[in-house]
Amino acid sequence: MNRLLVVASSPHIRANLSTQRIMALVMLSLVPAGAAGAYFLGVRSILVIAISIASCVAAEALWQKCTEQPITVSDLSAALTGLLLAYNLPPSIPLWMPVIGGFFAIIVVKQFFGGLGQNIMNPALAGRAMMLICWPVAMTTWTVHGVSGPTVLSLVKGADSLSEVTSRAAEAGQSFPTLIDALLGNMGGCLGETSAIALIAGGVFLVAFGIISWRIPVIYIATVAVLSVILGRAAGPVYEVLSGGLILGAFYMATDYATSPLTPKGQAIFAIGCGIIATLIRAYGGYPEGVSYSILIMNLTVPIIDRVTTPKIFGEVKKHGA
Amino acid sequence: MTLPTFKGGVHPPDGKSLTEAKEIEIHQPIGDLVFPMSQHLGAPCSPIVKKGDRVLAGMKIADSDAFVSAPILSSVSGKVKDIGMRMTISGAMETCIVVENDGLFEHSSSLLPHSDYEALDPKEYIKIIREAGIVGMGGATFPTHVKLSPPPDRKIKWLIVNGAECEPFLNCDNRLMLEHPEPIIGGLEICMRLFPEAQGVIAIENNKPESIRRMEGELSERGSKIRVIPHEVKYPQGAEKMLIYSVTGQEIPPGALPADVGCIIFNVSTMEHIWLAVVQGIPVIERVLSVTGDVIANPKNISAPIGTCIRELIDAAGGFTEEPAKILSGGPMMGVSMRSIDVPTVKGTSGILALSAHSSLCPPESNCIRCGRCITGCPMGLVPTNLDKLVRIRDYAAFEQNGGMNCIECGCCTYACPAFRYLTQSCRDGKAGVMAARRREQAQKKG
Repeated sequence: MNRLLVVASSPHIRANLSTQRIMALVMLSLVPAGAAGAYFLGVRSILVIAISIASCVAAEALWQKCTEQPITVSDLSAALTGLLLAYNLPPSIPLWMPVIGGFFAIIVVKQFFGGLGQNIMNPALAGRAMMLICWPVAMTTWTVHGVSGPTVLSLVKGADSLSEVTSRAAEAGQSFPTLIDALLGNMGGCLGETSAIALIAGGVFLVAFGIISWRIPVIYIATVAVLSVILGRAAGPVYEVLSGGLILGAFYMATDYATSPLTPKGQAIFAIGCGIIATLIRAYGGYPEGVSYSILIMNLTVPIIDRVTTPKIFGEVKKHGA
Repeated sequence: MTLPTFKGGVHPPDGKSLTEAKEIEIHQPIGDLVFPMSQHLGAPCSPIVKKGDRVLAGMKIADSDAFVSAPILSSVSGKVKDIGMRMTISGAMETCIVVENDGLFEHSSSLLPHSDYEALDPKEYIKIIREAGIVGMGGATFPTHVKLSPPPDRKIKWLIVNGAECEPFLNCDNRLMLEHPEPIIGGLEICMRLFPEAQGVIAIENNKPESIRRMEGELSERGSKIRVIPHEVKYPQGAEKMLIYSVTGQEIPPGALPADVGCIIFNVSTMEHIWLAVVQGIPVIERVLSVTGDVIANPKNISAPIGTCIRELIDAAGGFTEEPAKILSGGPMMGVSMRSIDVPTVKGTSGILALSAHSSLCPPESNCIRCGRCITGCPMGLVPTNLDKLVRIRDYAAFEQNGGMNCIECGCCTYACPAFRYLTQSCRDGKAGVMAARRREQAQKKG
């Protein structure tokens, strides 16, 4: 023994799972959805993804450089934000827009609040919300293989029956997507949100590897499905679940660690809230789709949910902190 | 069938395969034997021998008048070479008795063998157990005669032998159950004579099927009422509160003791020592420990006299294959990292673990990402990430309010944290901060 021994407080071993590895696994699980987007909606999707990731990483590095903080882009969290932001954009978007969106997401939404784990809203969703306000037309022009047209949810908006929905589709010169199309992603929408099957595969992968819990996605999606039936939405619960950004939002946005509750009970409350708000916006709001806003609104309730759902301390009879 | 367990916990890689098939080897000490005066929870002992005295193995060399204390016995025969300050496992300097081993191993003990122990008044057992210097051999080192003397209004319903051995790498309890099941069961039967209404239970984690079979076989041969309960493999299954919960379904309230819910818990090695002391008249002069880790050449289980230099035991296990980064006394989750290996083993030393840099050092801390793994891991239902934040701003009052004092320092939160934050360590700091504040308050009241 030549070197001095390291003296430290226990425990002395760590699980083989770092923040970087978590982010990498989430990005990996998103690859099938991106591939489906590129296949059905056009290879331009890949360009949008690349620019969005590069902007977010550059924004984080630049901010940390200017504020003399250690540069932490290697933890991949900014890259993941970039990837998720891109998945929430139409493939036809002008390429300078994701640059602005990425800088806004990273600098204003994440770094202004203290960086990784400190932000109160999901950066990718907040970036998208900003872009939707600034460039409403570019952000809602949906193309499938270069042909633009309305999405399922905009066809369903205000319709009373499925036949009304399909006749609207015909008027727009489109066929209403079959359930198979909706499942595979062969329909209009943001470039990473359309392929339900690819997103569910990615989500199941994350649950299986213990990266996310099943709670938020399952409860969120179930709430939307049940509420769609209760409210009598025209296309029925299956289309409600498979179209729009629900699957992407439920598995990838609502499960963002930083902006979702810490405890299982809190996560259940959060997911139910997301489901209710998303369906209410779809049915009665000004937009055809409400997933993004439902998550952003529920993000703001996380501190209070955390406060009222602290776990019961072992051996204590009364609930603590409630 | 699901096995009994507790809520929370983690599944660290167990590292047990290094030593689980290794038979216990007897180690003959070469160098001097060193006996720190504080080898137990409670009042430290004072030497009752002088420099130059000849002592025999099993002879009492230090004792205390305090109730919560246990005498210290020489583990070899030889001359008292020195009484003075020596470094101990914690790295602190403590008063120690140094005995120069004459290699004769002459035994002399004040204890008498009692092959007819059943005829003995149970109160005698407690006296023998104290005189034999028996403490909780799992590592907590609480004097056993105190544990066996609960307040008379506490009715003991359960005597639980803790064979969970949930700490990764360690196999001393496992090997003891495999090789010496009779004295363990014998020790429990002695304790059951003290509490005739209690039921005896031996709890073993399900990753030790051989031990479970061996103990069950031995029990059925005797036609004993004692039950073996296999438990789910999860750390910290062997923690006192967790084990009582999974065996009896009771949660110990904060600040309460196992006796308050009618339980007493013992380590398997403590049981063996009770049997040795009462039936054979042999006090605590040696113990089994696992010398293991990823940089130990020939990991093994060793029975060594208490007070043996740890360097000797590492040499006995073939030394190091590469430079160790950390050497621990105990397991990787709760063990103490040592600054020197020229320190003696004590009654509570269950293992010596030498770990390489890549297995025991971690990258620098980063921001909490609020993943919640510390919360799902915490067996006590705490929110370690919040406690950590409170300790870092020195808000000890809020730390206490949020239940921080319930932390059992098992290490699950730090183990699970993907941001490598020192959560357990913060809780330790927080608990010390609260205790300091309480002392300050008391001092002010007096002043």
